Amino acid sequence: MGSILRIILQRLALGVLTLIIVSLVIFAAVNALPGSFATAILGQAATPEAVAAMEQTLGLDKPAVTRYFSWLFAAVQGDFGTSLSQANFASFAGSVADTGVTVADTLAPRFRNTLFLAGLTALIAVPVAVTLGVLAALYRNSAFDRATNIFTLSSISSPEFFMAYVLILFLAVLNPWLPSLSNISDDMTLGERVRTSMLPALTLTLIVTAHMMRMTRAAIINLLASPYIEMARLKGMSPFRVIVKHALPNALAPIVNVIALNLAYLITGVVVIEVVFVYPGIGQLFVDSVKTRDIPVVQACCLIFAAAYILLNLLADVLSIISNPRLRHPK
Amino acid sequence: MSALIWILGALIVMAGAGWLLRAVGQKVTNNAPKWRDMPFAVAFGYVVAAAAILAVLYAFVQAYSSDPIVANTYFYAWFVIVSFIFFAVVAWLFRLLGRAVGTAGSRKLFRQMPLTASFGIITILVYAFVAIFADFLAPFAQDAFPGAINVAPGGDPATGGDPNYLLGTDKRGGDILSRIIYGAQNTVGIAFITTLLAFFIGGTLGFLAAIGGGWIDQVLSRGIDVLMAIPSLIFSLLLMTIALVWADGNATFITVSMIIIIAVIDSTRVFRLSRAVGLGIVVMDYIEAARLRGEKFGYVMFREILPNATAPLLAEFGLRFCFVFLTIASLSFLGVGIQAPLADWGSMVRDGAPFIQNLSIINQEWVLQADEATLEMIGIDKMVRQASLPLIPAAAIALLTVAVNFVVDWMLHRSSGLKE
Repeated sequence: MGSILRIILQRLALGVLTLIIVSLVIFAAVNALPGSFATAILGQAATPEAVAAMEQTLGLDKPAVTRYFSWLFAAVQGDFGTSLSQANFASFAGSVADTGVTVADTLAPRFRNTLFLAGLTALIAVPVAVTLGVLAALYRNSAFDRATNIFTLSSISSPEFFMAYVLILFLAVLNPWLPSLSNISDDMTLGERVRTSMLPALTLTLIVTAHMMRMTRAAIINLLASPYIEMARLKGMSPFRVIVKHALPNALAPIVNVIALNLAYLITGVVVIEVVFVYPGIGQLFVDSVKTRDIPVVQACCLIFAAAYILLNLLADVLSIISNPRLRHPK
Repeated sequence: MSALIWILGALIVMAGAGWLLRAVGQKVTNNAPKWRDMPFAVAFGYVVAAAAILAVLYAFVQAYSSDPIVANTYFYAWFVIVSFIFFAVVAWLFRLLGRAVGTAGSRKLFRQMPLTASFGIITILVYAFVAIFADFLAPFAQDAFPGAINVAPGGDPATGGDPNYLLGTDKRGGDILSRIIYGAQNTVGIAFITTLLAFFIGGTLGFLAAIGGGWIDQVLSRGIDVLMAIPSLIFSLLLMTIALVWADGNATFITVSMIIIIAVIDSTRVFRLSRAVGLGIVVMDYIEAARLRGEKFGYVMFREILPNATAPLLAEFGLRFCFVFLTIASLSFLGVGIQAPLADWGSMVRDGAPFIQNLSIINQEWVLQADEATLEMIGIDKMVRQASLPLIPAAAIALLTVAVNFVVDWMLHRSSGLKE
């Protein structure tokens, strides 16, 4: 047991280290911007005195190393600074710090919405993918297997917005079953929320399921040549029981791994989907901020996405170690 | 909620039908082995397949309905069915052609080829042809706005089309067909250049790490690890923000920096592969011999390692191309990729998107009850066809990536020795 804990702690430390370096990369990238940040905020009102005053307020006159650490420590405490568009308004009032609306305030509800969407997708996708994968492995090389193979390969490789618009056309426009735009507000009941998020969730499901299903199928088929599967067959077990009782538990490690990786993909894959469905999540905010060049928001979104991505990859790593005794006791 | 009940009900009915089918089959054939040993899941599968075929047939017939609303509702279903059959027939004919002409080797290749791979190859060939000869094929220039605005696709004046603009025109009067054809040149061409650049950077660094070993390998690998820890679409969006600020509206600068950014981000994946492949080759005796001969670094890299690493790199090239192509399309769709005046599929999808939403009028109560004259006045036929404006370029993107994936899948399947 002690060794597992040590391995997990090692991975965790490595993840934190990666995250710190990633934050450094993000900070460096943003600092490569031409012109001063204060000039950008002040816009037309950028007299030299005003710029100097603003730089002092924002701490921009300090050296880059100091600024990096103060940004990092603030970000760890959930303070991502003030959004540029908010600061623009505030600059007329004369102060930046007292606007009350910070990046964190804008991000928090949107982050919850994005997690809700990703969670809903996972709830639909994981059972469907595992079931389809088991069935495809069971009836491999049949018409069913070939049809799902073609279908999943197509849905993995086509762009997200194509899937999204096709689903909108057939499920929302031509047949009025689901709303095509996701207007989410806080006073919605859970049922309404699920209904409005259904179409983006279905689109993501199509993309993610395909990958998970193919991996499940491959993992199970890989095991089918093992002697214990042969033994189970010779005992006269039905093919379904052979797969569910003998192959599936042993294929669990790669399957769990691929599920965690796909959840990581979900967190980032939502960007395009959220734009298509006007879903009020963090991805849409990110794209909007990229277009308006709202650097503090871009920075914060980037850090959150990277953190979620690293965390889920870490989770995939740890889960595959825990579920595989050979990795749990390395020689 | 009611939809959920419908789906559940249909599943239960189909499950019953499957059980019945098996029971009847066993009775009629007097317990022939095929029916006696049939698992319930298989019987259920037959019923589901039969139901699916019936649904497709129903949709196909409905498209010819005399009620204009019903006919228009099933227009797209009809179109999907027809184009699916069309592609299948084209792929089949192409495979037949490949089996008849060519060298013995190529004929053998086509004999073992599945339809999906033959579809992929013909599609890639057509795209390459269109991309290369875009200037001769396109009826109008890509930055010309020759026609009336918002002409519907289809070319039939009865449904709001114009035979001069087969796929209609956009909101500025640009011919969609020409823009699609030039889009093949721009989008596919830029994606191709980007992938080449990514392979050049990633391949060189990967082989460098493999040959050099030691601290070069450590520094490069750890650096790449960090870059790979940031999701690639997010990272490219971050870097594109910076490029946008630097460019200050200069379209060429934005496009060039996008190529470089995506190439660098994607070269990390190429680095991983080429380093792994290179490590396997570096330990070979002929590399040792070349080193003892006193060959230079560059010679070892390009004349000894590269020729032996071509096969895995080539398969990777197909997949990387798809990935790069999709990233560029996504960036353009989000508005930070390829910029006007270059015609490009991703931004065409974004421009056409409102037309789909407009069509949701077809479900409103007053439209459903309207008589033919009112429908004529709304121009329902035209609206239905215009809803395809975002779908045409999106389908153009999807078709190419699906085609490349089919071919790569087939190649991988072949090289894995057809096991299972």
